[in-house]
Amino acid sequence: MSTVLTNVSKRYDSDKTVLSDVSAEIQTGEFFVIVGPSGCGKSTLLRMIAGLTQISDGEISINDKVVNDMAPKDRNLTMVFQSYALFPFLSVWDNVAFGLKARKNTSQSEIEERVNDALKMVNLEELKDRKPRELSGGQRQRVALARAVASDAKICLMDEPLSNLDAQLRIKMRQEIYALQRKLGLTLIYVTHDQVEAMTMADHIMVLHDSKVQQIGTPTEIYKHPANEFVASFFGVPPINILPATKDTGNLIEVNNDFKMEVDQQVPNDHFQVGIRPNELVIEAADELDANASIKTIEFLGDEKIVYIKMAHNNVEVAAIVASDSEFKAYDTIKVTAKNNYLVFNSDGVNITKSVEDVVNA
Amino acid sequence: MASFDEKAVLKKVFNYILLIALAVVILAPFFIGIWTSFLPTMDIAKGNLFSTNLSLDNYAAAFTKTPILRYLLNTLVISTITMIAQLIFCSMSAYAFVFLKFKFRKTIFTLFLVTMMLPFEAEIIPNFATVKQMGLLDNYAVLIIPFLTSAFGTFMLRQSFMQTPIELKEASDIEGLNHFQFYWNIVLSYNKISMITLGAYSFLGSWNQYLWPMLTTFSNNSRVIQNGLKQLQSEETFNDWGMIQASAAIIVIPTIIVLFIGQHYFKSGMNEGAVK
Repeated sequence: MSTVLTNVSKRYDSDKTVLSDVSAEIQTGEFFVIVGPSGCGKSTLLRMIAGLTQISDGEISINDKVVNDMAPKDRNLTMVFQSYALFPFLSVWDNVAFGLKARKNTSQSEIEERVNDALKMVNLEELKDRKPRELSGGQRQRVALARAVASDAKICLMDEPLSNLDAQLRIKMRQEIYALQRKLGLTLIYVTHDQVEAMTMADHIMVLHDSKVQQIGTPTEIYKHPANEFVASFFGVPPINILPATKDTGNLIEVNNDFKMEVDQQVPNDHFQVGIRPNELVIEAADELDANASIKTIEFLGDEKIVYIKMAHNNVEVAAIVASDSEFKAYDTIKVTAKNNYLVFNSDGVNITKSVEDVVNA
Repeated sequence: MASFDEKAVLKKVFNYILLIALAVVILAPFFIGIWTSFLPTMDIAKGNLFSTNLSLDNYAAAFTKTPILRYLLNTLVISTITMIAQLIFCSMSAYAFVFLKFKFRKTIFTLFLVTMMLPFEAEIIPNFATVKQMGLLDNYAVLIIPFLTSAFGTFMLRQSFMQTPIELKEASDIEGLNHFQFYWNIVLSYNKISMITLGAYSFLGSWNQYLWPMLTTFSNNSRVIQNGLKQLQSEETFNDWGMIQASAAIIVIPTIIVLFIGQHYFKSGMNEGAVK
């Protein structure tokens, strides 16, 4: 009982490849997030799972049944669209009941029960006679959710459902969607470009970029052990600092010619890159002789400050997170060093960091 | 400050005078027509338009002395059938052009447009020959069959259907609606305003037909109202202008009703909330 993608590809006109060689297994009942920058093919992938878009190559199977040529309705799934796709001439209640009525294998009393339950679950009972135009954006979103809830399909696809909402509502709906998914035991395949949504909700994340799968893993794996530079810099705010480095004597490496740090693993002899999260950078005030960087701007976030720093060499800029009571100002000269938590990428951007467990086991 | 206000007021006054003048120019013939329909023909003939001998005699005469009721019935039947047929066929063909993928879709649509560019007058002779061959002359059928569908209607509805959000189609696909269900439940409801517009347009077009029925109908059994009106004028040696005016007023009434009903639906924002 799972959804399996095997070497799925999509090409338009023979030369324009939108997706190539996507393989994944989505477990029943899990919250699976497909994330990537716009234009990476994530919506296309979702549409192919739904059956709205033909696949050019490969195989999609749902519950051990190949569904490549199956019509969307026979795949037994529901979909929540970015634009909600509500029927403007139907009331909220009828919008939710629409799919059940169309399928015609549900009795009238069961339809009523399901619709009322679904509306109760998304707190729309009082508004059931309204038309979509009389609802706010968040309420319309709830109607779209209720439609998915009312359906008996166990797989639900969502295509950036929160991108039209304002920031606060988005956080609220995020929690509601997550709670609904857990409560109903849905297999939820969720497309987003927002790494925060992916990190906060997913059981597993698929990162898509350049029409290829970059990595599939749990949020922790993706954050702690990114497969490559792209994945590392896609997750985390502000993004990870990636700096050029060269090998120095012993265990030391020279980062951007600005500071040295100790690494306990083999590194390439020629050029490579290190990634250091903003909260792993240490900065301290220094006079001009000792300094290796200067502060560009500072953002105050309440409990912490983000310091944007210009390094002395190569015009490289980095970001660091410091305590909110630390007294740095713009144009201060500072000395930047790093704690012993880093990622190493080879010249192709592939993560070659030896994980701590490996070191312990060795 | 005061002078500024004065200017604004003057401007407003001028604007309204202009609007009222234009309204009078446009509406005067209409009101004169209605007014004279209440006057005896003798007064009209004398040019005594401000006579006070108002009565409904002309209307009574129109209904009792002429077959105007029969004409009205003929026209109503023909216009209604034409309207319904055009709504059905045009919306179906427009649906095909928008939502079905088939070979030569664009070519066929271009052919549709070409027929639209040909004026009806240019088709009259071949059409007449055809219906004569088929033995349809002087019959309801001859007034209905050539107008069962219209290229303009298809074109208009196609443009409107293309505005239907594609997500609604996709959502319907996932729910398992077939083409007919999607057409009937979603597309028609979503494009209600365009359907009403086309309905009003084709009803009025049919109601106001003159040239084609004049050529193809000869008896009161199938004569339509516009030709009937002309008939009233020429049949009698002495033209009863009061009565003719009353008949004209009678046949305008349905068109006004259609426009009023139609206007009620021309509210914007009916489809708001479907997609963001």
